Amino acid sequence: MTQTTELRQSTEHRLLRGWFETGGPADLTEHLRRYGPAPLPSERGARQARAALLQTVEQAGLTGRGGAAFPTGRKLRAVAEGRGRPVVVVNGMESEPASRKDEALLDLAPHLVLDGAALAAAAVDATVVHLCLPRGSARATQVDRLTRAVAERWRAGLDRIPVEVHRLPHHYVSSEETSLVQWLNGGPARPLATPPRPFEKGVDRRPTLVDNVETLAHLALIARYGPSWFRSTGTADAPGTTLLTVSGAVHAPGVHELPLGTPLGAVLAAAGGTSRPLGAVLVGGFFGSWLSAEQAPAVPFARPELAALGAGPGAGVLVALPADSCGLAETARVLGFLAAQSARQCGPCRFGLPAVAADFHQLAWGRPDAELPARLPHRVELLAGRGACRHPDGASRLAATALAVFAADVRRHLETGPCPGAALPPVLPVPGGPAADEVGWR
Amino acid sequence: MNRHHRLAIDRIACDGRGLCAELLPELIDLDEWGYPVIHGQAVPADLLGHARRAVAACPVLALRLERAAGDRPPPAA
Repeated sequence: MTQTTELRQSTEHRLLRGWFETGGPADLTEHLRRYGPAPLPSERGARQARAALLQTVEQAGLTGRGGAAFPTGRKLRAVAEGRGRPVVVVNGMESEPASRKDEALLDLAPHLVLDGAALAAAAVDATVVHLCLPRGSARATQVDRLTRAVAERWRAGLDRIPVEVHRLPHHYVSSEETSLVQWLNGGPARPLATPPRPFEKGVDRRPTLVDNVETLAHLALIARYGPSWFRSTGTADAPGTTLLTVSGAVHAPGVHELPLGTPLGAVLAAAGGTSRPLGAVLVGGFFGSWLSAEQAPAVPFARPELAALGAGPGAGVLVALPADSCGLAETARVLGFLAAQSARQCGPCRFGLPAVAADFHQLAWGRPDAELPARLPHRVELLAGRGACRHPDGASRLAATALAVFAADVRRHLETGPCPGAALPPVLPVPGGPAADEVGWR
Repeated sequence: MNRHHRLAIDRIACDGRGLCAELLPELIDLDEWGYPVIHGQAVPADLLGHARRAVAACPVLALRLERAAGDRPPPAA
Protein backbone atom coordinates (compact mmCIF):
# COMPACT_ATOMS: atom_id res chain seq x y z
CA MET A 1 0.00 0.00 0.00
CA THR A 2 1.31 3.42 -0.88
CA GLN A 3 1.06 6.34 1.45
CA THR A 4 -1.57 7.98 -0.75
CA THR A 5 -3.83 4.98 -0.42
CA GLU A 6 -3.55 4.97 3.36
CA LEU A 7 -4.29 8.69 3.48
CA ARG A 8 -7.35 8.17 1.34
CA GLN A 9 -8.51 5.45 3.67
CA SER A 10 -8.16 7.65 6.71
CA THR A 11 -10.23 10.45 5.22
CA GLU A 12 -12.80 8.30 3.43
CA HIS A 13 -13.59 5.80 6.12
CA ARG A 14 -15.60 7.17 8.96
CA LEU A 15 -18.40 4.76 9.79
CA LEU A 16 -16.29 1.78 8.70
CA ARG A 17 -12.98 3.07 10.03
CA GLY A 18 -13.04 0.93 13.16
CA TRP A 19 -13.65 -2.14 11.10
CA PHE A 20 -10.74 -1.35 8.80
CA GLU A 21 -8.44 -0.86 11.78
CA THR A 22 -9.47 -3.83 13.89
CA GLY A 23 -10.90 -6.18 11.29
CA GLY A 24 -13.88 -6.93 13.50
CA PRO A 25 -17.23 -5.60 14.65
CA ALA A 26 -17.10 -3.08 17.52
CA ASP A 27 -18.75 -4.32 20.72
CA LEU A 28 -19.56 -1.81 23.45
CA THR A 29 -16.09 -2.02 25.07
CA GLU A 30 -14.33 -1.43 21.76
CA HIS A 31 -16.80 1.33 20.84
CA LEU A 32 -16.23 3.18 24.13
CA ARG A 33 -12.46 2.76 23.83
CA ARG A 34 -12.57 4.33 20.40
CA TYR A 35 -15.18 7.07 20.81
CA GLY A 36 -16.11 7.35 24.49
CA PRO A 37 -19.77 7.78 25.40
CA ALA A 38 -22.07 9.83 23.15
CA PRO A 39 -21.85 13.57 23.93
CA LEU A 40 -25.48 13.87 25.03
CA PRO A 41 -26.68 17.43 25.67
CA SER A 42 -26.33 18.24 29.37
CA GLU A 43 -29.51 17.97 31.41
CA ARG A 44 -28.72 21.27 33.03
CA GLY A 45 -29.66 24.09 30.68
CA ALA A 46 -31.28 21.39 28.60
CA ARG A 47 -33.11 23.66 26.18
CA GLN A 48 -29.93 25.46 25.15
CA ALA A 49 -27.93 22.26 24.92
CA ARG A 50 -30.58 20.70 22.67
CA ALA A 51 -30.63 23.80 20.47
CA ALA A 52 -26.84 23.65 20.12
CA LEU A 53 -26.96 20.01 19.00
CA LEU A 54 -29.69 20.79 16.46
CA GLN A 55 -27.63 23.62 15.10
CA THR A 56 -24.55 21.42 14.82
CA VAL A 57 -26.47 18.92 12.67
CA GLU A 58 -27.89 21.70 10.51
CA GLN A 59 -24.45 23.24 9.97
CA ALA A 60 -22.99 19.86 9.04
CA GLY A 61 -25.44 19.62 6.14
CA LEU A 62 -26.17 15.96 6.84
CA THR A 63 -28.83 14.50 4.55
CA GLY A 64 -30.85 11.31 5.02
CA ARG A 65 -29.15 8.13 3.79
CA GLY A 66 -32.34 6.10 3.48
CA GLY A 67 -33.25 7.30 0.01
CA ALA A 68 -34.88 10.73 0.12
CA ALA A 69 -31.65 12.64 0.98
CA PHE A 70 -33.69 15.21 2.91
CA PRO A 71 -31.72 17.58 5.21
CA THR A 72 -31.61 15.84 8.60
CA GLY A 73 -31.26 19.06 10.58
CA ARG A 74 -34.44 20.47 9.08
CA LYS A 75 -36.36 17.31 9.90
CA LEU A 76 -35.04 17.32 13.49
CA ARG A 77 -36.15 20.91 13.89
CA ALA A 78 -39.62 20.28 12.45
CA VAL A 79 -40.10 17.41 14.92
CA ALA A 80 -38.71 19.39 17.86
CA GLU A 81 -41.08 22.26 17.12
CA GLY A 82 -44.15 20.04 16.68
CA ARG A 83 -47.09 19.71 19.06
CA GLY A 84 -46.39 17.22 21.85
CA ARG A 85 -43.41 15.20 23.05
CA PRO A 86 -41.67 13.58 20.07
CA VAL A 87 -40.98 9.93 19.30
CA VAL A 88 -37.91 8.69 17.44
CA VAL A 89 -38.11 5.80 14.99
CA VAL A 90 -34.86 4.22 13.82
CA ASN A 91 -35.30 2.64 10.41
CA GLY A 92 -33.10 -0.42 10.06
CA MET A 93 -35.46 -2.36 7.78
CA GLU A 94 -33.37 -2.16 4.61
CA SER A 95 -36.02 -3.63 2.35
CA GLU A 96 -34.09 -2.75 -0.80
CA PRO A 97 -32.87 -6.15 -2.04
CA ALA A 98 -29.77 -4.70 -3.74
CA SER A 99 -28.65 -2.94 -0.55
CA ARG A 100 -26.62 -4.46 2.27
CA LYS A 101 -25.22 -1.31 3.83
CA ASP A 102 -27.58 -0.97 6.80
CA GLU A 103 -27.15 -4.62 7.68
CA ALA A 104 -23.36 -4.25 7.44
CA LEU A 105 -23.35 -1.07 9.53
CA LEU A 106 -25.55 -2.62 12.23
CA ASP A 107 -23.14 -5.58 12.33
CA LEU A 108 -19.89 -3.61 12.35
CA ALA A 109 -20.71 -0.45 14.30
CA PRO A 110 -24.05 -0.96 16.09
CA HIS A 111 -23.19 1.49 18.85
CA LEU A 112 -22.60 4.36 16.43
CA VAL A 113 -26.21 3.86 15.29
CA LEU A 114 -27.49 3.61 18.87
CA ASP A 115 -25.45 6.69 19.88
CA GLY A 116 -26.99 8.56 16.97
CA ALA A 117 -30.47 7.48 18.04
CA ALA A 118 -29.79 8.62 21.62
CA LEU A 119 -28.46 11.97 20.37
CA ALA A 120 -31.34 12.56 17.97
CA ALA A 121 -33.82 11.64 20.70
CA ALA A 122 -32.13 14.08 23.09
CA ALA A 123 -32.03 16.81 20.43
CA VAL A 124 -35.79 16.68 19.85
CA ASP A 125 -36.56 15.89 23.54
CA ALA A 126 -38.21 12.55 22.73
CA THR A 127 -39.50 10.12 25.36
CA VAL A 128 -38.90 6.87 23.49
CA VAL A 129 -36.87 5.38 20.64
CA HIS A 130 -38.32 2.59 18.46
CA LEU A 131 -35.72 0.52 16.62
CA CYS A 132 -37.45 -1.10 13.64
CA LEU A 133 -35.83 -4.24 12.21
CA PRO A 134 -37.02 -6.90 9.78
CA ARG A 135 -38.71 -10.08 10.90
CA GLY A 136 -37.51 -13.39 9.48
CA SER A 137 -34.57 -15.71 9.59
CA ALA A 138 -32.17 -13.82 7.33
CA ARG A 139 -31.27 -11.20 9.94
CA ALA A 140 -32.55 -12.91 13.12
CA THR A 141 -29.05 -13.21 14.63
CA GLN A 142 -28.46 -9.52 14.08
CA VAL A 143 -31.76 -8.57 15.68
CA ASP A 144 -30.92 -10.70 18.75
CA ARG A 145 -27.47 -9.10 18.98
CA LEU A 146 -28.96 -5.60 18.77
CA THR A 147 -31.54 -6.43 21.43
CA ARG A 148 -28.68 -7.46 23.74
CA ALA A 149 -26.67 -4.35 22.80
CA VAL A 150 -29.62 -2.10 23.70
CA ALA A 151 -29.98 -3.83 27.09
CA GLU A 152 -26.24 -3.61 27.74
CA ARG A 153 -26.22 0.15 27.11
CA TRP A 154 -29.22 0.63 29.41
CA ARG A 155 -27.53 -1.30 32.23
CA ALA A 156 -24.37 0.76 31.72
CA GLY A 157 -26.42 3.95 32.05
CA LEU A 158 -25.37 5.19 28.58
CA ASP A 159 -28.89 5.90 27.30
CA ARG A 160 -31.37 8.20 29.03
CA ILE A 161 -34.26 7.51 26.69
CA PRO A 162 -35.49 3.90 26.47
CA VAL A 163 -35.04 2.00 23.19
CA GLU A 164 -37.63 -0.58 22.14
CA VAL A 165 -36.66 -3.16 19.51
CA HIS A 166 -39.38 -4.23 17.04
CA ARG A 167 -39.53 -6.90 14.34
CA LEU A 168 -41.71 -5.91 11.40
CA PRO A 169 -42.91 -7.78 8.31
CA HIS A 170 -40.16 -7.46 5.72
CA HIS A 171 -41.89 -6.18 2.59
CA TYR A 172 -40.54 -3.65 0.13
CA VAL A 173 -42.94 -0.88 1.17
CA SER A 174 -42.88 -1.77 4.88
CA SER A 175 -39.79 0.36 5.44
CA GLU A 176 -41.55 3.47 4.14
CA GLU A 177 -41.83 5.87 7.08
CA THR A 178 -45.62 5.92 7.26
CA SER A 179 -45.64 2.08 7.18
CA LEU A 180 -43.43 2.03 10.28
CA VAL A 181 -45.70 4.55 11.97
CA GLN A 182 -48.87 2.65 11.12
CA TRP A 183 -47.37 -0.65 12.37
CA LEU A 184 -46.12 0.94 15.62
CA ASN A 185 -49.65 2.27 16.12
CA GLY A 186 -50.99 -1.29 15.97
CA GLY A 187 -51.91 -1.42 12.28
CA PRO A 188 -50.51 -3.08 9.15
CA ALA A 189 -47.00 -2.14 7.95
CA ARG A 190 -48.43 -0.44 4.86
CA PRO A 191 -48.03 3.19 3.75
CA LEU A 192 -50.59 5.76 4.89
CA ALA A 193 -52.08 8.62 2.96
CA THR A 194 -50.33 11.91 3.77
CA PRO A 195 -50.70 14.54 5.15
CA PRO A 196 -50.23 14.39 8.04
CA ARG A 197 -46.60 13.36 7.68
CA PRO A 198 -44.94 11.58 10.62
CA PHE A 199 -43.03 14.71 11.64
CA GLU A 200 -46.39 16.36 12.32
CA LYS A 201 -48.40 13.44 13.64
CA GLY A 202 -46.94 9.94 13.78
CA VAL A 203 -46.61 7.34 16.52
CA ASP A 204 -49.33 7.92 19.14
CA ARG A 205 -50.25 11.04 17.13
CA ARG A 206 -47.03 12.65 18.34
CA PRO A 207 -44.35 14.36 16.24
CA THR A 208 -42.21 11.48 14.99
CA LEU A 209 -38.66 11.54 13.69
CA VAL A 210 -37.99 8.65 11.29
CA ASP A 211 -34.33 8.31 10.36
CA ASN A 212 -32.31 5.65 8.58
CA VAL A 213 -29.62 3.90 10.67
CA GLU A 214 -26.75 5.23 8.59
CA THR A 215 -28.01 8.80 8.96
CA LEU A 216 -27.95 8.39 12.74
CA ALA A 217 -24.44 6.90 12.72
CA HIS A 218 -23.20 9.99 10.85
CA LEU A 219 -25.03 12.15 13.40
CA ALA A 220 -23.16 10.35 16.20
CA LEU A 221 -19.83 11.38 14.64
CA ILE A 222 -20.98 14.93 13.87
CA ALA A 223 -21.92 15.41 17.54
CA ARG A 224 -18.37 14.38 18.48
CA TYR A 225 -16.24 16.03 15.80
CA GLY A 226 -18.37 18.95 14.59
CA PRO A 227 -19.71 20.31 11.29
CA SER A 228 -16.33 21.37 9.83
CA TRP A 229 -14.94 17.90 10.27
CA PHE A 230 -18.04 16.44 8.60
CA ARG A 231 -17.76 18.87 5.70
CA SER A 232 -14.06 18.13 5.16
CA THR A 233 -15.01 15.44 2.65
CA GLY A 234 -17.77 15.12 0.08
CA THR A 235 -19.02 18.20 -1.80
CA ALA A 236 -20.33 21.55 -0.55
CA ASP A 237 -23.90 20.55 -1.41
CA ALA A 238 -23.54 16.93 -0.37
CA PRO A 239 -20.98 16.76 2.44
CA GLY A 240 -19.61 13.70 4.19
CA THR A 241 -19.22 10.09 3.23
CA THR A 242 -21.85 7.56 2.30
CA LEU A 243 -22.16 3.80 2.37
CA LEU A 244 -22.62 2.18 -1.02
CA THR A 245 -23.55 -1.37 -1.89
CA VAL A 246 -21.83 -2.21 -5.15
CA SER A 247 -22.70 -5.43 -6.99
CA GLY A 248 -22.76 -6.95 -10.46
CA ALA A 249 -19.74 -7.08 -12.72
CA VAL A 250 -17.10 -5.79 -10.27
CA HIS A 251 -14.15 -7.63 -8.73
CA ALA A 252 -14.93 -6.67 -5.12
CA PRO A 253 -18.69 -6.45 -4.67
CA GLY A 254 -19.89 -5.38 -1.24
CA VAL A 255 -20.37 -2.36 0.99
CA HIS A 256 -17.96 0.53 0.49
CA GLU A 257 -17.70 3.92 2.17
CA LEU A 258 -16.86 6.84 -0.10
CA PRO A 259 -17.20 10.61 -0.10
CA LEU A 260 -20.46 11.89 -1.58
CA GLY A 261 -19.72 13.25 -5.02
CA THR A 262 -17.34 10.42 -5.95
CA PRO A 263 -17.78 9.77 -9.70
CA LEU A 264 -19.48 6.44 -10.39
CA GLY A 265 -16.39 5.30 -12.30
CA ALA A 266 -14.32 5.80 -9.14
CA VAL A 267 -16.96 3.96 -7.09
CA LEU A 268 -16.64 0.98 -9.42
CA ALA A 269 -12.84 1.25 -9.15
CA ALA A 270 -13.12 1.20 -5.34
CA ALA A 271 -15.10 -2.01 -5.73
CA GLY A 272 -12.13 -3.60 -7.50
CA GLY A 273 -12.98 -2.31 -10.96
CA THR A 274 -15.26 -3.86 -13.55
CA SER A 275 -14.77 -7.55 -14.16
CA ARG A 276 -16.38 -7.56 -17.62
CA PRO A 277 -17.26 -5.00 -20.28
CA LEU A 278 -20.03 -2.79 -18.95
CA GLY A 279 -23.48 -2.47 -20.54
CA ALA A 280 -25.14 -0.09 -18.09
CA VAL A 281 -25.18 0.95 -14.44
CA LEU A 282 -28.17 0.92 -12.11
CA VAL A 283 -27.90 3.67 -9.54
CA GLY A 284 -30.21 3.94 -6.50
CA GLY A 285 -31.61 0.41 -6.33
CA PHE A 286 -34.89 -1.13 -7.49
CA PHE A 287 -36.40 2.38 -7.41
CA GLY A 288 -33.35 3.68 -9.21
CA SER A 289 -32.29 4.75 -12.67
CA TRP A 290 -30.35 3.05 -15.41
CA LEU A 291 -27.44 5.04 -16.80
CA SER A 292 -25.58 4.03 -19.94
CA ALA A 293 -22.03 2.66 -19.64
CA GLU A 294 -20.77 5.69 -21.58
CA GLN A 295 -22.49 8.24 -19.38
CA ALA A 296 -22.21 6.67 -15.91
CA PRO A 297 -18.47 6.83 -15.04
CA ALA A 298 -18.27 10.64 -14.97
CA VAL A 299 -21.49 11.16 -12.98
CA PRO A 300 -20.83 12.14 -9.34
CA PHE A 301 -22.69 10.13 -6.71
CA ALA A 302 -24.53 13.00 -5.00
CA ARG A 303 -28.13 14.07 -4.99
CA PRO A 304 -27.81 17.37 -6.90
CA GLU A 305 -25.78 15.90 -9.77
CA LEU A 306 -27.92 12.76 -10.00
CA ALA A 307 -31.12 14.80 -9.83
CA ALA A 308 -29.98 16.74 -12.89
CA LEU A 309 -30.18 13.43 -14.77
CA GLY A 310 -33.53 12.48 -13.25
CA ALA A 311 -31.76 9.98 -10.98
CA GLY A 312 -31.19 9.86 -7.22
CA PRO A 313 -28.83 8.26 -4.70
CA GLY A 314 -31.57 6.02 -3.29
CA ALA A 315 -30.22 3.84 -0.53
CA GLY A 316 -26.69 3.95 -1.98
CA VAL A 317 -26.93 1.14 -4.50
CA LEU A 318 -24.81 0.68 -7.60
CA VAL A 319 -25.13 -2.34 -9.87
CA ALA A 320 -22.75 -2.87 -12.80
CA LEU A 321 -24.60 -4.64 -15.59
CA PRO A 322 -22.31 -6.53 -17.97
CA ALA A 323 -22.73 -5.82 -21.68
CA ASP A 324 -23.90 -9.34 -22.53
CA SER A 325 -26.78 -9.20 -20.04
CA CYS A 326 -30.22 -8.01 -21.09
CA GLY A 327 -31.28 -4.81 -19.34
CA LEU A 328 -34.90 -5.39 -20.35
CA ALA A 329 -34.96 -8.84 -18.73
CA GLU A 330 -33.31 -7.45 -15.57
CA THR A 331 -35.88 -4.65 -15.42
CA ALA A 332 -38.78 -7.03 -16.10
CA ARG A 333 -37.80 -9.23 -13.15
CA VAL A 334 -37.53 -6.23 -10.81
CA LEU A 335 -40.87 -4.83 -11.97
CA GLY A 336 -42.51 -8.21 -11.37
CA PHE A 337 -41.12 -8.15 -7.83
CA LEU A 338 -42.26 -4.55 -7.23
CA ALA A 339 -45.75 -5.42 -8.48
CA ALA A 340 -45.93 -8.37 -6.05
CA GLN A 341 -44.70 -6.09 -3.25
CA SER A 342 -47.39 -3.46 -3.79
CA ALA A 343 -49.53 -2.79 -0.74
CA ARG A 344 -52.45 -2.86 -3.24
CA GLN A 345 -54.07 0.17 -1.64
CA CYS A 346 -54.02 2.62 -4.55
CA GLY A 347 -55.54 1.93 -7.98
CA PRO A 348 -52.57 3.06 -10.12
CA CYS A 349 -50.20 0.78 -8.19
CA ARG A 350 -52.66 -2.10 -7.93
CA PHE A 351 -53.54 -2.20 -11.63
CA GLY A 352 -50.96 -0.03 -13.42
CA LEU A 353 -47.84 -1.59 -11.91
CA PRO A 354 -48.73 -5.23 -12.73
CA ALA A 355 -49.71 -4.08 -16.24
CA VAL A 356 -46.31 -2.40 -16.74
CA ALA A 357 -44.58 -5.50 -15.34
CA ALA A 358 -46.54 -7.73 -17.74
CA ASP A 359 -45.68 -5.50 -20.69
CA PHE A 360 -41.99 -5.63 -19.75
CA HIS A 361 -42.18 -9.39 -19.38
CA GLN A 362 -43.63 -9.60 -22.88
CA LEU A 363 -40.97 -7.25 -24.23
CA ALA A 364 -38.12 -9.17 -22.59
CA TRP A 365 -39.11 -12.77 -23.23
CA GLY A 366 -42.27 -12.92 -25.32
CA ARG A 367 -43.80 -11.78 -28.56
CA PRO A 368 -44.85 -8.17 -28.02
CA ASP A 369 -48.27 -7.35 -29.45
CA ALA A 370 -48.65 -4.51 -31.94
CA GLU A 371 -49.94 -2.01 -29.37
CA LEU A 372 -47.11 -2.49 -26.86
CA PRO A 373 -44.67 0.13 -28.22
CA ALA A 374 -47.30 2.87 -27.81
CA ARG A 375 -48.98 1.48 -24.70
CA LEU A 376 -46.00 0.79 -22.46
CA PRO A 377 -44.43 4.29 -22.26
CA HIS A 378 -47.89 5.74 -21.57
CA ARG A 379 -48.54 3.27 -18.75
CA VAL A 380 -45.08 3.94 -17.30
CA GLU A 381 -45.69 7.68 -17.31
CA LEU A 382 -49.07 7.30 -15.59
CA LEU A 383 -47.53 5.41 -12.66
CA ALA A 384 -45.66 8.44 -11.35
CA GLY A 385 -47.15 10.75 -8.74
CA ARG A 386 -50.35 8.74 -8.34
CA GLY A 387 -49.82 6.74 -5.14
CA ALA A 388 -50.04 7.41 -1.41
CA CYS A 389 -46.35 6.48 -1.22
CA ARG A 390 -43.56 6.62 -3.79
CA HIS A 391 -43.69 2.93 -4.72
CA PRO A 392 -45.25 3.52 -8.17
CA ASP A 393 -42.94 6.51 -8.75
CA GLY A 394 -39.88 4.37 -8.14
CA ALA A 395 -41.12 1.63 -10.45
CA SER A 396 -41.97 4.23 -13.08
CA ARG A 397 -38.47 5.69 -12.95
CA LEU A 398 -36.83 2.30 -13.28
CA ALA A 399 -39.05 1.39 -16.25
CA ALA A 400 -38.69 4.78 -17.98
CA THR A 401 -34.90 4.80 -17.73
CA ALA A 402 -34.78 1.19 -18.97
CA LEU A 403 -36.78 2.14 -22.07
CA ALA A 404 -34.40 5.05 -22.71
CA VAL A 405 -31.03 3.44 -21.93
CA PHE A 406 -31.89 0.12 -23.58
CA ALA A 407 -33.70 1.74 -26.54
CA ALA A 408 -31.61 -0.25 -29.04
CA ASP A 409 -32.48 -3.49 -27.23
CA VAL A 410 -36.16 -2.53 -27.26
CA ARG A 411 -36.03 -2.18 -31.05
CA ARG A 412 -34.18 -5.47 -31.41
CA HIS A 413 -36.61 -7.33 -29.15
CA LEU A 414 -39.57 -5.88 -31.06
CA GLU A 415 -38.09 -6.86 -34.42
CA THR A 416 -36.45 -10.21 -33.77
CA GLY A 417 -37.60 -11.38 -30.33
CA PRO A 418 -35.62 -11.99 -27.13
CA CYS A 419 -31.84 -11.48 -27.29
CA PRO A 420 -29.46 -14.20 -26.00
CA GLY A 421 -28.83 -12.10 -22.86
CA ALA A 422 -32.47 -12.49 -21.80
CA ALA A 423 -31.80 -16.18 -21.06
CA LEU A 424 -28.75 -15.49 -18.84
CA PRO A 425 -28.96 -15.78 -15.04
CA PRO A 426 -30.08 -12.55 -13.32
CA VAL A 427 -27.53 -9.93 -12.22
CA LEU A 428 -29.97 -8.04 -10.00
CA PRO A 429 -30.79 -9.98 -6.82
CA VAL A 430 -34.57 -10.28 -7.14
CA PRO A 431 -35.96 -12.20 -4.14
CA GLY A 432 -38.36 -15.04 -4.78
CA GLY A 433 -41.03 -16.02 -2.31
CA PRO A 434 -44.72 -15.23 -1.95
CA ALA A 435 -46.32 -11.86 -2.64
CA ALA A 436 -46.51 -9.43 0.28
CA ASP A 437 -50.29 -9.85 0.52
CA GLU A 438 -49.95 -13.60 1.11
CA VAL A 439 -47.43 -13.15 3.92
CA GLY A 440 -49.47 -10.47 5.66
CA TRP A 441 -48.78 -6.96 6.86
CA ARG A 442 -49.09 -7.25 10.62
CA MET B 1 -55.86 32.43 -13.21
CA ASN B 2 -56.17 31.61 -9.54
CA ARG B 3 -53.16 29.64 -8.36
CA HIS B 4 -54.38 29.35 -4.81
CA HIS B 5 -56.42 26.18 -5.18
CA ARG B 6 -55.37 22.76 -6.29
CA LEU B 7 -56.87 19.31 -6.51
CA ALA B 8 -55.56 16.47 -4.36
CA ILE B 9 -56.62 12.84 -4.25
CA ASP B 10 -56.42 10.45 -1.32
CA ARG B 11 -55.20 7.56 -3.45
CA ILE B 12 -55.93 4.96 -0.79
CA ALA B 13 -59.53 6.09 -0.42
CA CYS B 14 -60.08 6.48 -4.19
CA ASP B 15 -62.08 3.60 -5.61
CA GLY B 16 -62.12 4.66 -9.24
CA ARG B 17 -65.83 5.54 -9.34
CA GLY B 18 -65.11 8.17 -11.97
CA LEU B 19 -67.64 10.87 -11.06
CA CYS B 20 -64.88 13.47 -10.79
CA ALA B 21 -63.91 13.00 -14.42
CA GLU B 22 -67.54 13.35 -15.52
CA LEU B 23 -68.02 16.56 -13.57
CA LEU B 24 -64.63 18.09 -14.26
CA PRO B 25 -63.39 16.73 -17.61
CA GLU B 26 -61.35 19.92 -18.13
CA LEU B 27 -58.96 18.86 -15.36
CA ILE B 28 -59.55 15.16 -14.75
CA ASP B 29 -59.21 12.13 -17.05
CA LEU B 30 -59.51 8.47 -16.18
CA ASP B 31 -56.82 5.87 -16.83
CA GLU B 32 -57.65 2.53 -18.43
CA TRP B 33 -58.75 1.14 -15.04
CA GLY B 34 -60.97 4.10 -14.22
CA TYR B 35 -58.69 5.93 -11.79
CA PRO B 36 -58.33 9.69 -12.09
CA VAL B 37 -55.44 11.47 -13.80
CA ILE B 38 -55.23 15.15 -12.89
CA HIS B 39 -54.02 17.53 -15.58
CA GLY B 40 -52.28 20.44 -13.89
CA GLN B 41 -53.05 20.61 -10.21
CA ALA B 42 -53.81 24.32 -10.11
CA VAL B 43 -57.53 25.04 -10.53
CA PRO B 44 -58.29 28.11 -12.67
CA ALA B 45 -60.82 30.52 -11.13
CA ASP B 46 -63.47 29.84 -13.79
CA LEU B 47 -63.44 26.12 -12.93
CA LEU B 48 -63.54 26.53 -9.16
CA GLY B 49 -67.30 25.98 -8.97
CA HIS B 50 -67.08 22.80 -11.05
CA ALA B 51 -64.17 21.62 -8.94
CA ARG B 52 -66.18 22.12 -5.74
CA ARG B 53 -69.07 20.13 -7.21
CA ALA B 54 -66.71 17.31 -8.19
CA VAL B 55 -65.28 17.23 -4.67
CA ALA B 56 -68.76 17.12 -3.17
CA ALA B 57 -69.84 14.34 -5.54
CA CYS B 58 -67.01 11.91 -4.72
CA PRO B 59 -68.78 8.99 -3.02
CA VAL B 60 -65.69 8.00 -0.98
CA LEU B 61 -64.56 11.56 -0.16
CA ALA B 62 -61.20 10.97 -1.87
CA LEU B 63 -61.11 14.21 -3.85
CA ARG B 64 -60.04 17.39 -2.07
CA LEU B 65 -59.63 21.00 -3.02
CA GLU B 66 -56.65 22.43 -1.18
CA ARG B 67 -55.40 25.91 -0.74
CA ALA B 68 -51.88 25.76 -2.14
CA ALA B 69 -49.48 26.61 0.68
CA GLY B 70 -45.87 27.64 0.14
CA ASP B 71 -43.43 24.95 1.20
CA ARG B 72 -44.30 21.31 1.47
CA PRO B 73 -43.19 19.41 4.57
CA PRO B 74 -40.26 16.95 4.59
CA PRO B 75 -40.67 13.89 2.39
CA ALA B 76 -40.33 10.26 3.46
CA ALA B 77 -37.20 9.06 5.27
